[in-house]
Amino acid sequence: MPRSTTAEFTIDSIRILDKDGSADEDLVPDLTDETLIDLYRQMRRSRRLDERAIALQRRGELGTYAPAIGQEAAQVGSAAALDAGDWIVPAFREQIVYLMRGSPMHKILWYAMGMEEGAEIPEGSNLMPPSIPVGSQALHATGIGWGKALRGENAATITYFGDGATSTGDVYEALNFAGAYDAQTVFLCQNNQYAISTPRRVQTRAETLAQKAVAAGIEGIQVDGNDVLAVYVATTEALEKARNGNPVLIEAETYRRSMHTTSDDPSVYRSAEEEADWEQRDPISRFETYLRSEGVLDDNRIEEINAAIEAELADAIDRAKEGQSEIDPVDMFRHTFAEMPPVLQRQLAEYKVMRDE
Amino acid sequence: MSDANQLRIIEAVSQALDEELARDDDVIVYGEDVGIDGGVFRATQGLIEDHPEQVHDSPLAEAGIIGLGIGLAATGFRPVPEIQFQSFLYQGFHQLQQHASRLRSRTRGTLSCPMTIRMPFGGGIRALEHHSDSYEAGFAHIPGLKVVVPSTPADTKGLLTAAIRDPDPVVFMEPTRLYRASSEPVPEGEYVEPLGAAAVRRTGEDLTLISWGGMVRDTLDAVEETEVSADVIDLRTISPMDIDTVVASVRKTGRCIVVHEAPRTAGMAAELVAQVTDEAFLYLEAPVERVTGYDVPVPMFAREEAYLPDTSRIVTAIERTVGF
Ligand SMILES: Cc1ncc(C[n+]2csc(CCOP(=O)(O)OP(=O)(O)O)c2C)c(N)n1
Ligand SMILES: [Mg+2]
Repeated sequence: MPRSTTAEFTIDSIRILDKDGSADEDLVPDLTDETLIDLYRQMRRSRRLDERAIALQRRGELGTYAPAIGQEAAQVGSAAALDAGDWIVPAFREQIVYLMRGSPMHKILWYAMGMEEGAEIPEGSNLMPPSIPVGSQALHATGIGWGKALRGENAATITYFGDGATSTGDVYEALNFAGAYDAQTVFLCQNNQYAISTPRRVQTRAETLAQKAVAAGIEGIQVDGNDVLAVYVATTEALEKARNGNPVLIEAETYRRSMHTTSDDPSVYRSAEEEADWEQRDPISRFETYLRSEGVLDDNRIEEINAAIEAELADAIDRAKEGQSEIDPVDMFRHTFAEMPPVLQRQLAEYKVMRDE
Repeated sequence: MSDANQLRIIEAVSQALDEELARDDDVIVYGEDVGIDGGVFRATQGLIEDHPEQVHDSPLAEAGIIGLGIGLAATGFRPVPEIQFQSFLYQGFHQLQQHASRLRSRTRGTLSCPMTIRMPFGGGIRALEHHSDSYEAGFAHIPGLKVVVPSTPADTKGLLTAAIRDPDPVVFMEPTRLYRASSEPVPEGEYVEPLGAAAVRRTGEDLTLISWGGMVRDTLDAVEETEVSADVIDLRTISPMDIDTVVASVRKTGRCIVVHEAPRTAGMAAELVAQVTDEAFLYLEAPVERVTGYDVPVPMFAREEAYLPDTSRIVTAIERTVGF
């Protein structure tokens, strides 16, 4: 047989809640009511933080901010599947993931206030700082996941990146290394349909982003990224595989409902109809409909949740502003090296003389 | 000159691109979001409508953007890729260093790489982390690569046009903080400002100040404030550098200060000090001063004012040098 098929592949896709909030009962994960409510709460928390941050930016109180409005299910569903010992390697849009790991909200605001303090990681939280150079962080996650395998530890690693990032060499290398080294890593690609103005189809002719795993010899799967239960299930399964040295790429199909960052104007490159269509598929309202119909959530509970979030926000804004008023520029000289070299000590001395003049 | 062509730097970029695209079908503009979005700073606004065959959005991949440009350039095109922020050219650095800059040398002149890589650089606009780097010294350290930094709208048009027409690869660094700072009359139609020539922005007798890009205005302001009689040289082309203009000025004034926002160690000021010492040592009446950023990662915007050289730091240096 001179010519034969030597490899074929398929890509599975998971959805549990459809867009009107009704569930496929066979697929619904076995979660307690409190866990379900917490998923909802975290998504609301993410949404409100973004809304407030955009408003603060518009008033000149924050610098550029990258909201995740519309992507809450993809972020919360995946982060909720992690154990505390698992590492998280985010991109720059995963504010809620930091909060879910116990990082305080005012630090998110500090980062958007242009303060290095905002990228400081709480001790022992197994988090990497935000990564703005697109795709670059995926390799760090493969390194962490490889290290876990080398040490024989059970912990996994998850990294977040976007559809645009899948075009970078770094992401291809990360996937390939992960396969080659049995890295305990899950790659969570949020396909939010755009890289700034560039639509998904301009990034690649590939039919799915999940199939980019295939060439690396690892598993790729698609999930409805606006369905928090499906994301939770897909990530839980992927983490289990990763702990056994089988890395997985998950493509969570979602939509960035807001601007790329506060510097962006989406009306230049996409239609109001498209935005309205995705509003219908909003991850929070879909889940809320489901929880109400299951009797897990009612108006009272929602009110309670919202009030707690508003209180957290108010407190975070106060603390952020307080910290902002206390910043010391001299801090920029610290932390460049473990020990400040003489050349930098001289520059610091020079700076202080000038400042005091 | 008519007011009709009163432009800011950002518009001067667009105009140069538009005119070169129209003049030469081999000019190809591409990069992330350069199409319908017109680039994140709007430098390429409208170009895709007027030159649909020559303007292309790209996948998000800087190594690819630079690597493809080498292939285009080697086969007769004039690629003018945009890198969204200078920091992201690091992702394409190996293509720049290993191939673009030495294709001519490696092929003994049979192939060349007439590519112009445009990108915003520098601080001062309260941008995100990794959006304020000023890495001109790193690029200047690559033999075979030209490095150009305009500071005025007219120069932007003239130098960008020259860069696109240049037979060798050029890194064209646009000072972000000056994009929309002010407008001035810019020559209409064909306008070429040769690469490799500094501009003397102000002339005087007692001191030479050298700067480029986002620092030129602060340097001029400092001279204004101290009323020192000084030459202010806008280097414009960082590499290859116009050393004759620098040396002639320092031989005349006997004192020299270099101002740049990049970190001090191994910055371009170090090279200028060395060149001045080589060729004007016996004329010097004071040590050559450097007013620069510090040797730390450029801070996020809450501390960038403390990091960036400003008028007061330059004034202090002027007083020290003149009073030496
Ligand atoms: C290496 C690199 N190139 C360019 C940029 C500028 N930039 C920031 S975000 C972005 C688009 C990212 O798209 P995607 O990966 O889909 O993530 P999303 O923003 O949609 O979350 C670009 C081009 C960058 N930060 N890093
Ligand atoms: Mg995207």
